Amino acid sequence: MTTYVIRRLLLAVITIVIITLMVFFAIRLLPGDPLIIYLGQQASSGELSQDTLQTLRVQYGLDKPIMVQYFNWAKGLFRGNLGESINYHDSVAKLMRQRFPITLHLGVMALLLNVIVGVLMGLAAAIRRGTWIDTLSTFLANIGVCIPVFWLALLLIYVFGLKLHWLPIHGYTSPFTDFWLNTRQIIMPVFCMAIGGLSTTARLTRSAMLEVTHQDYIRTAWSKGLRERAVIWKHALKNGLIPIVTVLGMGIGGVFAGSVIIENIFAIPGIGRLLVTSLYAQDYTVIQSGTLVIALIIVLSNLLVEISYVWLDPRIRYD
Amino acid sequence: MVENSTQIQAFTEGPPRVSEWRRFWRVFLQRRIVIFGLVVLGLLVFSAAFANIIAPHNPYVGVMADSLQQPNKTYWLGTDIQGRDTLSRIIFGARTVLEVGFITVTIGAVSGFALGMLAGYFGGAVSAVILRVMDAMMSFPMLIMAMLLAAVLGGGLQNVIIALTIASIPGNARVMNGLVLTTKQNDYVLAERAMGTSNLRIMLSHILPNALPPMIVLITLQLGGIIMAEAGLSYLGIGIKPPGAAWGAMVNTGYPYLLDHPILSFAPGIAIMLVVFAFNMIGDGLRDALDPRLRGLL
Repeated sequence: MTTYVIRRLLLAVITIVIITLMVFFAIRLLPGDPLIIYLGQQASSGELSQDTLQTLRVQYGLDKPIMVQYFNWAKGLFRGNLGESINYHDSVAKLMRQRFPITLHLGVMALLLNVIVGVLMGLAAAIRRGTWIDTLSTFLANIGVCIPVFWLALLLIYVFGLKLHWLPIHGYTSPFTDFWLNTRQIIMPVFCMAIGGLSTTARLTRSAMLEVTHQDYIRTAWSKGLRERAVIWKHALKNGLIPIVTVLGMGIGGVFAGSVIIENIFAIPGIGRLLVTSLYAQDYTVIQSGTLVIALIIVLSNLLVEISYVWLDPRIRYD
Repeated sequence: MVENSTQIQAFTEGPPRVSEWRRFWRVFLQRRIVIFGLVVLGLLVFSAAFANIIAPHNPYVGVMADSLQQPNKTYWLGTDIQGRDTLSRIIFGARTVLEVGFITVTIGAVSGFALGMLAGYFGGAVSAVILRVMDAMMSFPMLIMAMLLAAVLGGGLQNVIIALTIASIPGNARVMNGLVLTTKQNDYVLAERAMGTSNLRIMLSHILPNALPPMIVLITLQLGGIIMAEAGLSYLGIGIKPPGAAWGAMVNTGYPYLLDHPILSFAPGIAIMLVVFAFNMIGDGLRDALDPRLRGLL
């Protein structure tokens, strides 16, 4: 167990190093002078003289060999230095700190919705296999995985925002300022963010539960004369939950991918919107650091998922 | 001795042998939803192939006088702000879908499978290096990976294809790696090795055929994801340049007119949904027909 955890930790560290290399060199593969790329339009329009460019190049350490540049950049990362945004004229670390809680708030809500509704849907379908409940739940889950989030968002905006006027169609207010307004604002974004993962959870729960119900210990539980409730909640669900942990791990990636589109539609100032705005503004420092932070969060959550397997399923030997 | 051979004969005389293909088609077409998927796929291919002939209007140049028409007899799905027919643009958008989908899946599959095969077959350092890099790549959600690459390469359809291809490689490599690891253990592979067959030959003619059915299922299901990611990117304005037609971009350009002309956004969105749904259903059908053991895994 301890060896397994240590091994996983080591692998995660290696993965993180490769990620930093990839993110660093992805931007450097761009044709042209990295300084010009980072400075954006200001430099390309020829406003700066050669001397100024040279001074800046030395200032940013861009005159050094590329591996030295990488190590300097990586050293900065450890100190929380993610660079400066040209577009916002602010440190990227600060921008991320401002926006991260908002994406986190939406993401946590979406994951909760994902797990609660997804598991219940899958469970209902598995228990009432072959009935209309199963058909409906499976059908909804099949629709849910192939619905484009931006399209669903527009549909919801059209129905609940523009036609019925029930919910505000954009914006984000801190829940500490106005909890009720915040709740109304995040209903649609959270639903959109959750829909894909929710459907996957429902499908996986259904097949995991169907698998489990064939096991001997479930037959034993039934033959002991236990009530359905006890068999399902105490015996079947516990083992049926293992794939759900995997789904949760994947869901975290889904939250960030979804936030890119959803925060843009609902004008929510989170990480996703920051990335898209920076993409339009060709603000490479923010894109570089933003994707890096997201990838790191995903590595760490995958690590947690892998470690929790040991705890959930002690039968499996990890070597 | 004679007794023995009759016994063998009796053993081989099982139930009449059903052709593998016939069994495949029977299971594959068993569910009506799979047939629905095939019909949608057929329509998609047909629209893409004969877009010039079947599209009622020019998808790129509109009639300004007919700007923002509600659906009527001339314009079945209405027109956008530039007076372009929505239906014609959807029909031409089918080309974008197929182009992105098939190029991405093909290159992504070939390179992903090759990497997975190498990692699985040789193991050791080769496998360690390949799998670590794949792990790192998988840590970027597809859309975010594609955004990073689009930032580097710039927009345009070609770069979207490159970005999505790169993003689809690690998944393929991982699954292939797993399949090779299990197939490699079979006695026939060991026998080939003992006979001195070259590694390349073992990989291509002994391991690959066994890994193929799950891989076919994987890439069919992947197509849906890729089409969705392309739609997401083109919604964000990364992808085909105007006036080219992409469904995701059409949903976006229709947004400002949502209240009075919802069909501008809704119609292309439904097209995306139908196509992704079709590929998912065909993928499910293929899985049941090719290898039912994969249920719940893919």
